[in-house]
Amino acid sequence: MAFLDRTARSFVLGELVAGMALTLRYFFKPKVTINYPYEKGPISPRFKGEHALRRYPNGEERCIACKLCEAICPAQAITIEAEPRDDGSRRTTRYDIDMTKCIYCGLCEEACPVDAIVEGPNFEFATETREELMYNKDKLLANGDRWEPELARRLELDAPYR
Amino acid sequence: MITAILFYLFAAILLGSATMVVSSRNPVHSVLFLILAFFNAAALFLIAGAEFLAMILVIVYVGAVAVLFLFVVMMLDVDFEDLRKGVQRYWIAGATVGAVLFIELAAVLGGWKLAPSAEQLRTSPVPSGVSNTQALGRILYTDYVFLFQTAGLILMVAMIGAIVLTLRDRKTSRHQNIRTQTERAVSETLQMMSLSLGAGTTASGGYLRPKETEPEPADAHAGHGHDDHGGHGHGHH
Amino acid sequence: MYDFFHNTDIGIVLLTFIEALALLVPLLIGVAYLTYAERKVLAAMQLRKGPNVVGPFGLAQPFADALKMLMKETIIPSGSNRLLFLMGPMLTFMLAMLAWAVIPVNDGWAIADINVGILYLFAISSLGVYGIIIAGWASNSKYAFLGALRSAAQMVSYEVSMGFVLVTVLLCVGSLNLTDIVRAQQTVWFCIPLFPMFVVFFISTLAETNRSPFDLPEGESEIVAGFFVEYSSMSFALFFLGEYANMILMSALTTILFLGGWLAPFNMEPFTWIPGVVWFVLKICVVLFFFLWTRATFPRYRYDQLMRLGWKVFLPLSLVWLVLTAGALMAFGWLPNA
Repeated sequence: MAFLDRTARSFVLGELVAGMALTLRYFFKPKVTINYPYEKGPISPRFKGEHALRRYPNGEERCIACKLCEAICPAQAITIEAEPRDDGSRRTTRYDIDMTKCIYCGLCEEACPVDAIVEGPNFEFATETREELMYNKDKLLANGDRWEPELARRLELDAPYR
Repeated sequence: MITAILFYLFAAILLGSATMVVSSRNPVHSVLFLILAFFNAAALFLIAGAEFLAMILVIVYVGAVAVLFLFVVMMLDVDFEDLRKGVQRYWIAGATVGAVLFIELAAVLGGWKLAPSAEQLRTSPVPSGVSNTQALGRILYTDYVFLFQTAGLILMVAMIGAIVLTLRDRKTSRHQNIRTQTERAVSETLQMMSLSLGAGTTASGGYLRPKETEPEPADAHAGHGHDDHGGHGHGHH
Repeated sequence: MYDFFHNTDIGIVLLTFIEALALLVPLLIGVAYLTYAERKVLAAMQLRKGPNVVGPFGLAQPFADALKMLMKETIIPSGSNRLLFLMGPMLTFMLAMLAWAVIPVNDGWAIADINVGILYLFAISSLGVYGIIIAGWASNSKYAFLGALRSAAQMVSYEVSMGFVLVTVLLCVGSLNLTDIVRAQQTVWFCIPLFPMFVVFFISTLAETNRSPFDLPEGESEIVAGFFVEYSSMSFALFFLGEYANMILMSALTTILFLGGWLAPFNMEPFTWIPGVVWFVLKICVVLFFFLWTRATFPRYRYDQLMRLGWKVFLPLSLVWLVLTAGALMAFGWLPNA
């Protein structure tokens, strides 16, 4: 009996019809696509996007060349060289990030004791050549200057959870 | 006029491709030429007004038989150089067999007698108002129905014979019963349980695969395809 | 003018040529927009929007795709059989176009209204497998060859049950002429009395055109892209166009056999005002929507299940239904031309 029942069911194609009914319902549902270049989805304050080197409000760069980020970087994308500056403070002479190696894990940001290197909200930094993705200190500082208001706000929002 | 030109065109291509079938070096090319030959034969049928035969020729020979030829030839990867190795040694035997066959054929053709009424039949007009599909059907299913059905029966016996000869139910073969596979219902394999947070499932009988040493729990749902959950104390969703 | 086109040799050839153009140009545009429709329908069923950037509502997308395809480099693998490699896609495309010669889009609107139209269509569609086999073999690549083998076995298998469905319809019509088949549905479309055969036929056409859920020959998750892995640029485009043209062709065939071709759904005043071509195209669109709908709904079949469905389910089913139909026609004296 169960055999007959099953056979009859399979010949009526009930499951197939049910599946098709489902897709047809979805056909008329409102679409969830975001029309990307014109609309953008919300981004969490923890979003890990393009890197930036931040400065103190007085214009002094935060990075103290402790090289913790270089040490923790799992992709070994960061290269730092440091020398004491004329005023005796320890600063980097070179701070490079190879964005083609970077895996955007955010460990550099977490390792940084002075909130100097951060991953910002920017994810639209595609380039036409590979070379443009080898970021140096100037580029990173420029990023920091450009995004500073947002970077500060994101750090503030995320601070309670750190 | 146009018909005559087309006839000679198709006939020439037919003969040319038939020659290429036997002379082509690449066996796959041979089969493709064979298909071309079939096509031109179908075209000749069309010119003769036998459109049903033409289409059946294409469907059966080109659409099915030649596909299988092509299959076999492509899979076998025949090395013709290898096959031709012995030509110099065996050509006498081959030529003898060929000559005998040729002489026999010539003898048959020489003794060929046309039926006395054949000449008139050829010139008799095609019955009007009947397409050749209908005409063929009328002959096949009335005068020759017995022969027609016998031919079909012979083909079926051949088919069954081929299956019986080749089908072996090996003990080691991993036979899959698709019916049982497709009929496997969710209720047979998945048990939904509502568990209090952090309680684990052992208290409620457990869905873990029963250990070899332990007697199987009384619950009917135990050990149904949940082996990958083993060891976890969490409820599953 | 009429005299020239119908009574002189050149005129007849010219007329046929013009007729072919008049059919093929809309067909090719239809193929282009079928790709667009597919992307839109699939997107809608997956809660996406689909192409909407190129032109209004993305309507210029097919042409952008075509341009992109043409700009790409044609790659011919060094180990391939050059001639056959190029012949494969051409054959596929040509056959997809060739079959349209006998399709009646309206009463008497067929380029060649031949007596054995349905056999011609069946013959042409059974040849479709050659383009694929030749492409798969000539590519000299294992994935391509596997895809070609799969597709050949699949198409040959499903042709058998399709043939029986055709015979069932032909029994009810008593003619192999496509126009006659449509005219025989004046009172009731065959999809109603022959509903099981209609379903079998539709599913077989899915398998015949290598469409999802029977797109094993492509099987992008297991054999990369099947028989056309090695193809690029125009040769790939020809395969692509051929596949979609075949879809339209099969929809047209379904329409003619089961959905009353160019006939209006009801033989009444407001419906009969609309010309038959419009009904024909509308019906094709509905069938095509079903093609896309099934693609959006069902996962790909496993190969052994596919073969089982063809040989162990559809073949006996269509055979039994054929016998039943023949019996019913005999018993109730409904045989045509009797």
